[in-house]
Amino acid sequence: MAERERLNTRQRGTVFVPKSQLLSPEEVQRAVRRMAHEILERNEDVSNLVIIGLQTGGICFADRLAAVIQEVSGVDVETGTLDVAFYRDDVTIRPVLESAETSVDADLADRVVLLVDDVLYTGRTIRAALNALADWGRPQAIQLAVMIDRGHRELPIRADYVGKNLPTSQEEAIDATLDGVWIGTLVKK
Amino acid sequence: MTNPTLVIRGGLIVGPLESFLGDVLIADGRIVEVGSKVTAPSGAIEIDAAGCWVGPGFVDLHTHLREPGKESAETIETGAFAAALGGYSAVVAMPNTEPSLDSVAMVGYVLERGKSAAVDVAVAGAITIGRQGEQMAPIAKLAALGVRLFTDDGNGVQDAGLMRRALTYAQPLGVTLAQHCEDESLAQGGTMNEGASSSRLGLTGRPAIAEELMVMRDIELVRLTGCSMHFLHLSTERSIALVLEARAQGLPVTCEVAPHHFTLDETACETFDPEFKVHPPLRTAADVAALRAALRAGAIDAVATDHAPHTPESKDMAFDEAPPGMLGLEQAAGLTLEALGGAEADPLAFFSVLSRGPARVAQLRAQDVRVGHSAHGGAISVGEDANLVIFDPNASYVVDRDTLASRARNTPYHGRTIHGRARATIVRGRLVQLEGNLQ
Amino acid sequence: MIESIAGGNLVSLATLSQRAIVEVLDTAESFVEVNSRTVKKVPALKGKVIASLFFEESTRTRLSFETAAKRLSADVLSLAVASSSVKKGESLRDTINTIDALGIDAVVMRHSSSGAPVQVSRYVPHVRVINAGDGQHQHPTQGLLDAFTVRQVLAARAGTSGRESGSELFAGLNVLIVGDIRHSRVARSDIEVYTRLGAHVTVAAPGTLLPPDIVQWPVTVANNFDEALATADVVGLLRLQKERGSGAFVPSLGEFTSTFGLTSRRAKLLRPETIIMHPGPMNRGVEIDSQVADSSAAVIEQQVRNGVPIRMAVLYLTTAGATLESGPND
Repeated sequence: MAERERLNTRQRGTVFVPKSQLLSPEEVQRAVRRMAHEILERNEDVSNLVIIGLQTGGICFADRLAAVIQEVSGVDVETGTLDVAFYRDDVTIRPVLESAETSVDADLADRVVLLVDDVLYTGRTIRAALNALADWGRPQAIQLAVMIDRGHRELPIRADYVGKNLPTSQEEAIDATLDGVWIGTLVKK
Repeated sequence: MTNPTLVIRGGLIVGPLESFLGDVLIADGRIVEVGSKVTAPSGAIEIDAAGCWVGPGFVDLHTHLREPGKESAETIETGAFAAALGGYSAVVAMPNTEPSLDSVAMVGYVLERGKSAAVDVAVAGAITIGRQGEQMAPIAKLAALGVRLFTDDGNGVQDAGLMRRALTYAQPLGVTLAQHCEDESLAQGGTMNEGASSSRLGLTGRPAIAEELMVMRDIELVRLTGCSMHFLHLSTERSIALVLEARAQGLPVTCEVAPHHFTLDETACETFDPEFKVHPPLRTAADVAALRAALRAGAIDAVATDHAPHTPESKDMAFDEAPPGMLGLEQAAGLTLEALGGAEADPLAFFSVLSRGPARVAQLRAQDVRVGHSAHGGAISVGEDANLVIFDPNASYVVDRDTLASRARNTPYHGRTIHGRARATIVRGRLVQLEGNLQ
Repeated sequence: MIESIAGGNLVSLATLSQRAIVEVLDTAESFVEVNSRTVKKVPALKGKVIASLFFEESTRTRLSFETAAKRLSADVLSLAVASSSVKKGESLRDTINTIDALGIDAVVMRHSSSGAPVQVSRYVPHVRVINAGDGQHQHPTQGLLDAFTVRQVLAARAGTSGRESGSELFAGLNVLIVGDIRHSRVARSDIEVYTRLGAHVTVAAPGTLLPPDIVQWPVTVANNFDEALATADVVGLLRLQKERGSGAFVPSLGEFTSTFGLTSRRAKLLRPETIIMHPGPMNRGVEIDSQVADSSAAVIEQQVRNGVPIRMAVLYLTTAGATLESGPND
């Protein structure tokens, strides 16, 4: 296993230390492709879709889904990025997160928004994203695609499209990118 | 009612010329016996002075007792208690009270109140009415009451012509004028020393030249008039050098330095804590070193506290709005000891700057003594008034602003360890404090 | 040096490291985006109470801070102390304790005395203190928004984003600050921020308006104003602080303008790409000609606009809460 440290830009002062690889890049690509088909199946009018990747881990998956959907259906789906740092409900007990860019050009009224994130865990990030989207107008519907669902939900949030279900313990951490999925721990720098 | 007989055992009896171990017997307000093994009568209180210095009680040339007018900060009574704990047997009360001590009535009031105080209270009268710097106060009448020092302290007399007239008038009266040297136009209303520190902090500075220029001016006025002059709280290297040179030329000038000026420097103001605000301000590290060197060289006539009580509310204001001044009576001796070299310091030099020198400037010695005051700063010999301090150069304690005898709390030394402590103070033969407890 | 203002106070730029400063600038970028939305509001400081305590009047800065607080969904207690019954000479401690008793999370304060926020931070250590200008000492958010504006302009020219450039664009930049340096808290904050980011600062002023011991500051003193103008990348003009007594330091405003004003004639000496800045309010015709103030080289309006995202960033970082402890990601 290659020693790999990815600086976790979401939380200042921590580093992800991998323990073992759970999915290879090929397995990730297959899962994304499969999700893209599921999305197309469920959303007849794919041009009404707006794919929004959550900073920072969801961006690569959002882009990849948009690319596969374009390949399969020929439609160029509009994309955007959303940073939820300012919408978290636990801002007093969690570190002040380094904020990243938000860019949502499309008018979301009456559109179907597909939120995309790398890992679904407690559900608080998604809840924050829902709060943020509420400030952008009123989408017709919001769907959620995640690469990994690791359980331990603290809120009634569920994903519509899941790359892989991976039960984990709370001491563990998951790192998911297009280069693969690792399980490991978060260590203070 | 007479005070009990006191016998002080086994201390180092200090100066004025030499020191020796021995006992001192005190009765009826005087020293009645000094020797190596004194026999005490029954009923005498024994004070063990082993390891301590026994010398004349300290004399503070510069205390603000705040009464009349600002009794919420300090009264003659509480200030005297603070003095006693500090080892002082006499203080000179500054005239910047409300109203100022510029009249027979006001000076008389303080002298009267001072009679029941724990230590001997002498008064410095104002040079000008209301300390306004415009019209001379009744200096001759106040001298007749026993006042020997005159100052507008709090401020210096700005008008050179008026200062000359006051010196000329005072000269034949055998009194001394004392000056707070700071030219107000140069001081620009500043709140700390002018320099790189004040400039970075955005505080208007009081430059050293504001003090030094007035020192220069007054030295020349002394030269012109022949009146003796005492320079209050000199704070810069150059001020000291100017006065020493004048003295070497035979001019009748003396000077004092305050413990905060030879202990703290301007960097203390970087916290913007008004506890460190004082006029003249805390200066540079180089000035502090120069003052300490001058003390060790025996060049300074007196250490004077400039004890300046202020209520906590008044110091809880923005730095430039808070009044200047810090407490000093209770820690002055220990800080002076440190500056002179700690426990290795020369006890003769110690008592010279804290007692004998100031007693001479204030004219409170046996040869000067006036009605209403006993003699201070004398030799420890039979017949002398018993104004003594037993000082332990090896004791140390941590300053706690909440347990000071002063009514106020504005000490810059809170939390600091002070080495050297007055274990007992005797005023006119009465034990006024023992081991930090007022009797 | 403080590496981050997160969870702390912002009283002076003198103690902030480059990293702490860049963090504020980067966070402000996100708030520029928030300010471009229809709903210019995020819930980041919901439930927090921010007191706005202006002992010295300033409508512009106060409104900028209050707007910033409200866009973060904080509750704002606005106390224009300057016009209230609090007199000069009233205990600063009593004033702040009275307000603290109402239960506040942060206080934004402006005071005419240098160091007042430092003292206040000692009286109420559990309250976050943000300095909106104290006497002649510091005006940290002004320094930050000035640097932010410069970065914004230079990044746009370079075709990059401010966030991507970090502090690179400041390396070797020549910043010229002109005017009443002696009495100016903006000057002190600007000098800190620009030197910390790697720029080189030159100051130009009549001798009496330079602070004592300026030789010990990390700046160059210009001895030829016209030459300094020709080599400057950024020119920051300061207002003559009449209320802080600068009037007595120069013979007349006219003389100040003729020796150190950015007149139309002098503006021609500037290179076309030089950025002209002013913290406001301007004395048109004194330190800057009207024409020059309205020219395209002047980014004064942009500075004012940037005030809100910078102040949002400062309020967010200091007041959102949080110490730097980590938790697993979700």
